[in-house]
Amino acid sequence: MFSGRPRAVFTVLLVLVVLAAVTPFLPEYVCILLIQALIFGILAMGLDLLLGYTGLPSLGQAAYFGVGAYAVAILTTRYEFGFFPTVVLAILLSAAVAAIFGLIAIRAKGVYFLMLTLALAMVVWGLAWRWTSLTDGDNGITGIPRPELGFDLNSYINLFYFILFVFVLCLGALYVLVNSPFGRTLVGIREREERMQMLGYNVWLHKYLAFIFSGIFAGIAGVLWAYYKNFVTPDDLFIDVSVEALLMVALGGPATLVGATIGAGVIVFLRNYVSIYYSGWPYILGAMYIFTILYLPEGLMGIARRFRRRAETEKLDE
Amino acid sequence: MLQKKFKLFFYTALVAPVAFCLALGTASKVEAQKEIRIGFLTPLTGGGAQLGRDSVNGLKMYLDEIGYDMAGLKVKIIVEDTELKPAVAVTKAEKLIRHDKVHMIVGGVMGSTGYALGALANREKKLYIASIPASDDLTQRKLSKWVLRTGWAGSQPGHPFGKWAYEQGYRKVVMIGADYAFGHENIAGFHRGFEDAGGKIIQKIWVPVMTTDFGPYLPLVKKEADAIYALMIAAMPGPFLKQFKASGLKMAILGGGVTADETVLPNMGDEALGVITPLQYSAALDTPKNKAFVKKFRKLHKKVPSYFTESNYTTAKWIHEALKRVKGDISDIHRFSQEFQKIEIDAVRGPVKMDKYLNPVHNIYIRKVERINGELWNTVVATYPNVSQFWTFDPKEFLKNPVYSRNFPPCNYCK
Amino acid sequence: MSFWIEQTFAGLSYGGLLFLLASGLSLIFGVMRIINMAHGSYFILGAYIGVTVVEVTGSWLLALLLASLAVAILGIFMHRFFLRVLGHGVAAELPQVMITVGFLFIIQQASIDIWGGDPMIVKVPSYLDWSMEIGGIFFPVYRIFMLVVACVMAVTLWLGLEKTRAGAMVRASVDDSEMTRGLGINTERLSMAIFGLGAFLAGLGGVIGGGFIGVYPGLDFQILPLAFAVVIIGGLGTLRGAALGSLIVGLMDTFGKALFPELSYFTLFAPMAIVLAIKPTGLFGRA
Repeated sequence: MFSGRPRAVFTVLLVLVVLAAVTPFLPEYVCILLIQALIFGILAMGLDLLLGYTGLPSLGQAAYFGVGAYAVAILTTRYEFGFFPTVVLAILLSAAVAAIFGLIAIRAKGVYFLMLTLALAMVVWGLAWRWTSLTDGDNGITGIPRPELGFDLNSYINLFYFILFVFVLCLGALYVLVNSPFGRTLVGIREREERMQMLGYNVWLHKYLAFIFSGIFAGIAGVLWAYYKNFVTPDDLFIDVSVEALLMVALGGPATLVGATIGAGVIVFLRNYVSIYYSGWPYILGAMYIFTILYLPEGLMGIARRFRRRAETEKLDE
Repeated sequence: MLQKKFKLFFYTALVAPVAFCLALGTASKVEAQKEIRIGFLTPLTGGGAQLGRDSVNGLKMYLDEIGYDMAGLKVKIIVEDTELKPAVAVTKAEKLIRHDKVHMIVGGVMGSTGYALGALANREKKLYIASIPASDDLTQRKLSKWVLRTGWAGSQPGHPFGKWAYEQGYRKVVMIGADYAFGHENIAGFHRGFEDAGGKIIQKIWVPVMTTDFGPYLPLVKKEADAIYALMIAAMPGPFLKQFKASGLKMAILGGGVTADETVLPNMGDEALGVITPLQYSAALDTPKNKAFVKKFRKLHKKVPSYFTESNYTTAKWIHEALKRVKGDISDIHRFSQEFQKIEIDAVRGPVKMDKYLNPVHNIYIRKVERINGELWNTVVATYPNVSQFWTFDPKEFLKNPVYSRNFPPCNYCK
Repeated sequence: MSFWIEQTFAGLSYGGLLFLLASGLSLIFGVMRIINMAHGSYFILGAYIGVTVVEVTGSWLLALLLASLAVAILGIFMHRFFLRVLGHGVAAELPQVMITVGFLFIIQQASIDIWGGDPMIVKVPSYLDWSMEIGGIFFPVYRIFMLVVACVMAVTLWLGLEKTRAGAMVRASVDDSEMTRGLGINTERLSMAIFGLGAFLAGLGGVIGGGFIGVYPGLDFQILPLAFAVVIIGGLGTLRGAALGSLIVGLMDTFGKALFPELSYFTLFAPMAIVLAIKPTGLFGRA
């Protein structure tokens, strides 16, 4: 769907424009949920680069998300850093953590990679929980101010536009990345690693860079999360955040970028609307995992893709 | 043909969610007359689900008794699930404020949720009533006119309990506790009360939250102590008491109220007998009011009420009393809050009023686990009336110290 | 001196409990290459069913048996209807992980709805609920019991794998499942049996552990990383690895907490990361 076709790009842009146009007329609570969906969308798209394009199932995205969020919390509340230095430092820190973890994790394959990323993320969670002098432990850090950029980000609609803007930048960057020779090599590695190795590609380096990029996008999502929520707690980087990011990608459709965001949106909206009528969210979440895997192997984007494929063959028949 | 179908599918997929959201948004805009809407946040799924159910059941028991009518206002209670996560609690609070247009937010369980909701209350200028979260600073250094507490502060029962323990003849005490903010505060309360009375804390052992194998820690306990003070939360008390008994240690067991509260007692055995803890409530409290309360709750829910139940029951009653005083007029939430603070309430736990820092002043009961008719109960062995979070200290002096933590008060006799 | 004896004993007995949990996880992975994220859920389910059986019948031995069997049946059900359909190979690994995550959430909420969320303990018979005193050191009999059960299970599994025809098939399947299938061995039935066995072990561990560490919502998420640590350090799919991994994790965790209480969250995961950095497949694992 989103692999270099001008029409696909046009559709996505159209959706974004429509979204930007209608949001001011939506109830404010919906706007808040859209903000969350976009933030988790960035997290999930970053994971999609790793999972969908490179074939590395990371269960540790919460770590970089958390590092980004905590960096913002600590830099703004303790040291009163301004917006730009905070953001740059926070993203650099996420990238640095990803770079260190990547060195360990990339050596492992398949499920070993999965378990290893999980274990490493647990270390970061343990730090957030235990390093009380820095993180205030389980109490979390409250009172993170929204950035002052000349317009009032305390209003949710303005915050929405700001986050939409960052989202579009991330989407654009990822789009360029996956359609670049680098991105095509990643897909090559996913499909046939030995072959790429034989062709002389530095497989390790490609995987490693993908790992770091993925961490950076998780970090960006974490930065936005901290600014949006105004507080962080160790719960923001527990295992279930990583697991849910995986579900977002699978639900939307791996290797589609926008699919991951759609997956994020579906989960955010369901979680918050279902609970109005029914207090058994884990059942629904659990069923979504099972249903997605059994019936939507290509995710929601797969449905659209199936329709289009059939449409195209029909066209050819005529 | 199929291409058309695809387009149709695509546009439906695009338009449907928007329409759905708009519908939900407008549905809530119908302003009902003469209604008080209370948003109640509590964990209904995940690890804290039972605490949430105990809480909701307490709240609803009161509302049932008054027929959901408070000073002529119909009570609309909207319960939302926090999943025991502060971030989810805040999102749900935003939903309650914007979608349901609630007049106030009530509830929470964890201290971190208390802080997060307190910050939100300040930003959104909404009243938040913390019925359970016990993080000290919520009504101390982070005092806010938007946050009222009807539960307790984590260190509050420890101050008188430390004095009591010294009076019973305990001189040297080892402390072991869950290593997180609530644990630090609860343990510090006893530490200060006990040492001010003349006792000595000779060791502090911190165990990670949700430790259930105490094998590494029990051999560390200094055997010369007269007593051990244990602060165990959630699932930790049962395994701790069992393993403590099996370890050959013979000293008396004291503890924080949650080490032996009514959420864990029914599932414990003889290992809990004799454990002494302080709290503002005990299901065994020997007053007609409490006896009726326990009897009714057991009949309804087949279990003994805990302080989660009592606290939320009392909160509902407190809101009711305050509404009576403003004659059902909630247009000015500050007036409501002012009246709320002035009330001296005759609660199940005993008389309760609010201090100047918006935390309850109530009795602290020293409770000892005993077996009565085959069941374990927290028999009240001593009562300290009207205990404030500042105990006998001057609030201003008290607040000059840092908030209680792992290192404050410093452990002068630990080696 | 008594400090070292007590800590070693505590670490070994804890390792015994971990072995019951991790050996099943490792077996399942060895034969089917499935990482069962619901393995911790089997553990808590075993404990909860144990609580109920003890309550209803008063028999703890019956609880051991019934709870483990019930969990084994659940395991077979999951395998037969949800995991088998996904096929084999690398492409099925992630989908299988996600299916088991789905079950993790469902089992968690179901156990809250059935048993309530208050923490519980499996009531242990009095002949296991006392302490031996040797030279001034107390040895809780229940800890000795956990260690004994783990040893018995380890020996039984080892004999089963090394000395029986079924065991030979399992080993062949671990080494090369394609080839085994080619030899006309019914790998489907074998997989099902192994999945059932793995679940059985976790259920058994649940009843036994439930008498020691208790059972409560969230224990599943908490114990799963420990089981992972065991199999990561020992190597996936080997019994030797699971046994040695359990001992290492049990001892390391216990001594780490006693000697470096400040670092108790890292005493487990940091060494694990180091083992993996040096040998990504664990001590005994093969790629």
